[in-house]
Amino acid sequence: MDFSLGAAVFYFHPLKCSVKLNRSFPWFGMDIGGTLVKLVYFEPVDITAEEEQEEVENLKSIRRYLTSNVAYGKTGVRDVHLELRNLTMCGRTGNLHFIRFPTQAMPRFIQMGRDKNFSSLHTTLCATGGGAYKFENDFRTMADLELLKLDELDCLIHGLLFVDRVGFNGHPECYYFQNPSDTQSCVKKPCTLDNPFPMLLVNIGSGVSILAVYSETNYKRVTGTSLGGGTFLGLCCLLTGCETFEEALEMASKGDSTNVDKLVKDIYGGDYERFGLQGSAVASSFGHMMSKDKRDSISKEDLARATLVTITNNIGSIARMCAVNEKIERVVFVGNFLRINTVSTKLLAYAMDFWSKGQLRALFLEHEGYFGAVGALMELLKTTEDP
Amino acid sequence: MAECVRVDSSTSTHTMDKSITLPPDEIFRNLENAKRFAIDIGGSLTKLAYYSTVQHKVAKVRSFEHNTKEAASDKLYEISVQEEVTARLHFIKFENAYIETCLDFIKDHLVNTETKVIKATGGGAHKFKELIERKLGLKVDKEDEMTCLIKGCNFVLRNIPHEAFVYAKHADSEFRFQTTHPDIFPYLLVNIGSGVSIVKVESEDKFERIGGSSIGGGTFWGLGALLTKTKRFDELLQLASKGQHTSVDMLVKDIYGGSYGSLGLTGDLIASSFGKSATADKEFSKEDMAKSLLHMISNDIGQLACLYAKLHNLSRVYFGGFFIRGHPVTMHTITYSINFFTKGEVQALFLRHEGYLGAIGAFLKGAEEDNPNQYSWGENYAGSSGLMSVSPDMNPMQRARSGTFDMLEMDRLERQLVNLPLLQDPSSYIPDTVDLTEDALAREYWLYCFEEALDGVVKRAVASQPDIPEATERAEKFRQKYRHKLQTLRHQPFAYGSLTVRSLLDTREHCLNEFNFPDPYSKIKQRENDVALKYYQKAVKSLEELSWEQRQFALVRGVLAGNVFDWGAKAVSDVLESDPEFGFEEAKRQLEERPWLVDSYDQWLERLKGPPHKCALFFVDNSGVDIILGVMPFVRELLSRGTEVVLASNSGPALNDVTNGELQILTERIAAMDPVIQAGLREDRLTLVQSGSSSPCLDLSRLDKVLAMVVRERQTDLVIIEGMGRAIHTNYYAMLSCESLKMAVIKNSWLADRLGGKLFSVVFKYEVPAGKPSQDSAALTPS
Repeated sequence: MDFSLGAAVFYFHPLKCSVKLNRSFPWFGMDIGGTLVKLVYFEPVDITAEEEQEEVENLKSIRRYLTSNVAYGKTGVRDVHLELRNLTMCGRTGNLHFIRFPTQAMPRFIQMGRDKNFSSLHTTLCATGGGAYKFENDFRTMADLELLKLDELDCLIHGLLFVDRVGFNGHPECYYFQNPSDTQSCVKKPCTLDNPFPMLLVNIGSGVSILAVYSETNYKRVTGTSLGGGTFLGLCCLLTGCETFEEALEMASKGDSTNVDKLVKDIYGGDYERFGLQGSAVASSFGHMMSKDKRDSISKEDLARATLVTITNNIGSIARMCAVNEKIERVVFVGNFLRINTVSTKLLAYAMDFWSKGQLRALFLEHEGYFGAVGALMELLKTTEDP
Repeated sequence: MAECVRVDSSTSTHTMDKSITLPPDEIFRNLENAKRFAIDIGGSLTKLAYYSTVQHKVAKVRSFEHNTKEAASDKLYEISVQEEVTARLHFIKFENAYIETCLDFIKDHLVNTETKVIKATGGGAHKFKELIERKLGLKVDKEDEMTCLIKGCNFVLRNIPHEAFVYAKHADSEFRFQTTHPDIFPYLLVNIGSGVSIVKVESEDKFERIGGSSIGGGTFWGLGALLTKTKRFDELLQLASKGQHTSVDMLVKDIYGGSYGSLGLTGDLIASSFGKSATADKEFSKEDMAKSLLHMISNDIGQLACLYAKLHNLSRVYFGGFFIRGHPVTMHTITYSINFFTKGEVQALFLRHEGYLGAIGAFLKGAEEDNPNQYSWGENYAGSSGLMSVSPDMNPMQRARSGTFDMLEMDRLERQLVNLPLLQDPSSYIPDTVDLTEDALAREYWLYCFEEALDGVVKRAVASQPDIPEATERAEKFRQKYRHKLQTLRHQPFAYGSLTVRSLLDTREHCLNEFNFPDPYSKIKQRENDVALKYYQKAVKSLEELSWEQRQFALVRGVLAGNVFDWGAKAVSDVLESDPEFGFEEAKRQLEERPWLVDSYDQWLERLKGPPHKCALFFVDNSGVDIILGVMPFVRELLSRGTEVVLASNSGPALNDVTNGELQILTERIAAMDPVIQAGLREDRLTLVQSGSSSPCLDLSRLDKVLAMVVRERQTDLVIIEGMGRAIHTNYYAMLSCESLKMAVIKNSWLADRLGGKLFSVVFKYEVPAGKPSQDSAALTPS
């Protein structure tokens, strides 16, 4: 029962759609993480007059609400710049919207689902991430909604490969940094993941998961670390009193971590030649903070910057070791920690390049943290009610 | 036959805090002979190393000249006490705050040194350079920190048998000491100082820093200070040990509501360190934040260490640096992390003398011309503080410990020690039968037993030096020292590695030597040897009258009966002391009738009907009746069968064990009476070697190099180990690659109980290694 799905979607044979049983709208994919909920919404633009007539009122209102706003409530945000326009999915053309809000707001979201009588719509809510499990019962009891729970790593990989395939509104989804070792000439360069396997996929959310991906369906979780985006924000909040990721990053961009970290040259007066360590390398993160004088002389910005650098370098170091152990040269970094975070992306690019002597390449994707949600949406479209 | 009666003496075993005013002769000992110095100055502790010589008394035996008048005396040989000079390494650890006082003290006591430089390492070496040079008048010569660390690490791994341990917080004994693999290389050293260095060590001189991390002890300290306003590292650890990380960390269950089953991630796993603190409207306790930080850093280091271990295919990973340094809290979190990330495939190993590595290494760098690595060294239990638990919570008096002096002394051994080439698997060989660190009941019994026996030992020591008036005073000092050691071991059984009967015995010998009682049994041994020798010919004659089969049994019974004569066993020393007439025949009557507790005599007899062994190595035990009337006739029979015999006896005295010096003389005397022995000596079929040991027990992994050579050259195919100390307390389970015979009489009723026997039960354990069938057809049943 092949039919035209548009080349991009067709590429994924697991994505089987039924013409007859067009999945009823709305199409959502949801990834409920430890800190953020990522929601993708497919807004069909090819609605026929007939469909328009049949479309129930609350479905219309959902569509209107989501597409006409860029912010929802106090904390919900639509990343307009990430919107994928005129995308063909499951035989339908539309725009894919990317929305996020804090996981803390989940109860309100579920509340809204009940108020909008979401359960009356003939759709399945596909959800991944830990929250799909944690909030399953709340969805059921509060909003009379059954979640279709999906594995987050499956979704991540499916979503990532899909978005890379369809591209970013005519541009490549993927990019890297040219000359990562030189801050002056380091530039962002688009690229494609033509032959993506094997890749080491480093997903930096609240925590970090590192996957070795050999094919769309063959992958393993190599390891993970609890030092992730949540650690950066959590420590920044404690150290500087900031409240949001944006605030923390803003501070970090202005700070100087060398006031906080002890460098090799602070200990050895220069390079530690015996071991080929550059004087500018960090010997001890927060090492200067052992001294009271130094503690009294640093700024919040310095602390934020040091936290960011510490967490980023550590992730880079673990990722690099995994890449070497797994014998994989391409390291793809995703996750919302990298959102608006060029300090980290450049640092990771540099770390991969420098420590591997150019053997490893760090790659990044524009839709950083949304692949799990996209993967969940794809599961929805794949789930066919055909016998 | 007095039995040990249990008395609760624990009420008197308070360990008092040691103040800074320790008597100087106990802190910087032998400073007047100090030859070479090295210093390692860390962030808070200074470690001083020096090489010195120690003059102490040794007992020597010398045969009387036959043509002198003295020969008329009925004594076999004369005993003289001589002064001997040996080399010793001293290491002292103290807080940096005392550095000036200590330097002044050293200056005042440094009389004989010719050295002009002091080797220095550690981050603080730079800071104190000027002070040291001014105070000591020595030029500070800086050595690379990591090089020193590795050198020190190699040294302790090679010379201290129970150096490395695994930490298990919730086990009966927190410290599980490891047998060091004969080949200590390759290994990974993860040094957690302010940052982390991961070093792969491939040989003595070849090592490489393969990685590291900036998240280390400095991060814990620095971030911890910022988060909790607590300044001291120790206090931060204390806070951490009281906190709950789950209020700060985001766990898998916080995200999933439970576990992430498909990945096998349990709900309690930390998904995001500090993940819950990303909020402005909540306060977090200092304890909780410190705990979360500790977990974050330990897990991270553990993970990196595992990744590097995996990449370089290394299974031995040692952790050190100030972050570890004996802190149970960090040893636990690191161990946990390593177990988690390697699923138990790699064990986190820690070192008892970790804090001294830099100082040892710096010292070795400066002492290269003395070739310290060509010698074997042994930890002197008498002068070393041992490992203390530094958990402030577990042991409140430890708070004061950092203000005291910690010491390590290593004696240069006369002989170079190596493995017995006949050990089946040197890497898994454990000399000791019972680990008292793990067996609390046994520990309690033996500690009590040694405490009870102390009066007798003191008495014996005094009696051995009747002409020296101050002997009583010295003996009293010995008593205090050894009692203190026993008390320490009661609280910290792991202080010197695994606590064993052997280590208790060895500690006692070290303490006796310390107070110049080199051989308290010398006169008794001499007397007993004299007496026994008179019966030798008669004993041999009566054996010769027996049929072959009767004789074989009588020879075995002779060795066993002879072995009843033992001053080391309390039950026996009581009898010997009260009834000196307790004779050889009486001993035979005391012996258990067959079947013995462990009895493979039938197999042994069958084996004897077969072809003779090529060469037998016999580890002998006591002087007097044991060696002369028990062992020698047995040896005689072996020689007659055409088996070469190597008699291995102690290099130095221990209890009434026959020493190599004594055995030389005895054998000559016997040879004069017995043509078989004489021919054996003449034809070089009977050889006397020293074991390299001065212990009543036997560690087959530390034997004289010459012995090992002889064993190999002669193609030894039978090892005989005699006596409770060598065949039961140690080596009972030792697996050899050739036939072995372990013979002993159990002269301790507690031990007899343990083994399911009674006092004077006999252990006769003849074993043929699997895959090497005994040369006759008799099938062996393992005893």
